[in-house]
Amino acid sequence: MSTLLGHYNYWIVIVLMMTGFYTVIARPNLVKKIIGLFIFQTSVFILFISMAKVEGGTAPIIEEGYSLYSNPLPHVLILTAIVVGLATTALGLALVVRIQEAYGTTNEDDIHIQDETD
Amino acid sequence: MLLSNLPALQVVVPLVSAPICLLLRRPGHAWACALTVSWAVLAMAVLLLRQVALEGTISYPLGAWATPWGIEYRIDMLAALVSLVIAIIGAVVMPYARRSVMQELDDEHIGAFYTCYLLCLTGLLGIVVTGDAFNLFVFLEISSLSSYVLISLGRDRRALTAAFQYLVMGTIGATFILIGVGLMYMMTGTLNMADLAQRLPAVDDTRTVRVAFAFVTVGVSIKLALFPLHIWLPNAYTYAPSVVSIFLAATATKVGVYVLLRLFFTVFGIQFSFDDMHVGDIVVWLAVAAVLTGSLVAIFQDNLKRMLAYSSVAQIGYIVLGIALATGAGVSAGIIYLFNHALIKGALFMALGGIMLRLGSVELRDLHGLLRQMPWTVAAIIAGGLSLIGVPLTAGFISKWYLVVAALEGSYWPLAFIVLASSLLTVIYVWRIVEATCFSAPGDERPGLREAPLSMLLPTWLLIALNLYIGVDAGVLTGLADTAAAALVEEALP
Repeated sequence: MSTLLGHYNYWIVIVLMMTGFYTVIARPNLVKKIIGLFIFQTSVFILFISMAKVEGGTAPIIEEGYSLYSNPLPHVLILTAIVVGLATTALGLALVVRIQEAYGTTNEDDIHIQDETD
Repeated sequence: MLLSNLPALQVVVPLVSAPICLLLRRPGHAWACALTVSWAVLAMAVLLLRQVALEGTISYPLGAWATPWGIEYRIDMLAALVSLVIAIIGAVVMPYARRSVMQELDDEHIGAFYTCYLLCLTGLLGIVVTGDAFNLFVFLEISSLSSYVLISLGRDRRALTAAFQYLVMGTIGATFILIGVGLMYMMTGTLNMADLAQRLPAVDDTRTVRVAFAFVTVGVSIKLALFPLHIWLPNAYTYAPSVVSIFLAATATKVGVYVLLRLFFTVFGIQFSFDDMHVGDIVVWLAVAAVLTGSLVAIFQDNLKRMLAYSSVAQIGYIVLGIALATGAGVSAGIIYLFNHALIKGALFMALGGIMLRLGSVELRDLHGLLRQMPWTVAAIIAGGLSLIGVPLTAGFISKWYLVVAALEGSYWPLAFIVLASSLLTVIYVWRIVEATCFSAPGDERPGLREAPLSMLLPTWLLIALNLYIGVDAGVLTGLADTAAAALVEEALP
């Protein structure tokens, strides 16, 4: 029980990741796909950030009286990954706008039908 | 001074020039900028290869931060070879690009096109030179994001959906790699690849490391379009602008193969990857499936770009087949194949770009009797096709020869047989092109149809000539590939 609850951060990560992944695969709406993709990426951000936590550790600033610090490196890495994720989402949504202009729909199934009847 | 900073310059020069291209509003100026940078990159790649060949692996601490704390750029023979492939294709495709891009893109997009091209170049070169696992992810995303944009610039509206599909799959792949890197960091506390290689064996036997291995393997397999994760590739190559098809077909998947080699051999080590995780046993069957299905599906395609795209799926299969053997000869064959295939596919897609420019279509039925009007372009396709099949005196023969020898050395008879059998499938689809262009009567008159312009023919034939040269005298290439492969396989066997 304690291992189950003690690793609750991983459970959150897994639930988020699978929610996002399912949305990407199962939803025909392209905007929803992009949202799912972003949730999927966000779960990995949480995975990184939660593993940087050192129990009893404080923010990594050198000061009298503190010797235990949380690991700042994963935070920095994720800062980069968030930028990448943001760029991906922005580009994805921009593509959806262009697809809407070209096909008149953002539904994947309708797009397939239009492509096949071309 | 300049020479000692080459590893960083090779990435920084295209990165800094990319926004300049956007600012130079005139299409011609942006093109000139991209052309200059591509040639500078080629010069740097040649210098780096020379330096590595003479002095061995180069380690370059970025910003003079000592490894393993800072980011290290590490260039060994494999990295130098792959960056040379990228640089050659980049340098050859740029003179070609001017006419093709002018016709296929709107004027206002051309500056942005060259910006994205340079960013893509930056990302690909960065992946190859970096020795840091997280840095690799960042460069992977730089190259991927820019290639999504490049693909979406295609004329056909299906380019948009192709780019979207690639974006979704590519992001999932990259995120998988990120998860893997995170899990490795969790166990070892380091991101430097050489450092990881030293620390991973101690924690090899944990589920975390095995899961990390699985995640990065699947992630990279999406990037290199290994069967059955290749579904993004055919549409992306078919509907992208010609220049983008050339550049991506010749470089992007090859860099994916490079990442696979790095992870299997340098980071995780041959023992863990192949003996403990049995990745070779799995990947070899995927590679065989890729070779057979890719070639079979290619036979039934009427759009030549799509035909070559499926052929690319098959060729990736051959390359991975060599790697999956996990012997010095196998890996060396894989590297030789990688190099030659970049030249072959580059040349073939270039010839198609010429046809696209003059004819506006690459459907097989529109090409009947094209030999009469565009003899040099069609001859280039035939020469490239022969190389794709693996006819002696072409580069394709060299790569298939080494692959078959490597398979026989490991006494994998069925694999050698499959390589030869699928070459016959290649004969069939190449013959379909030859039949249509040379032996069919043209359906309708095409008044005013001329040969492709010289600025596009010359680069095409340059790649064909390189092809034939390697087919005759492959000594230098195989020597370098053997060195690279020996370093990989031995490095992993302490």
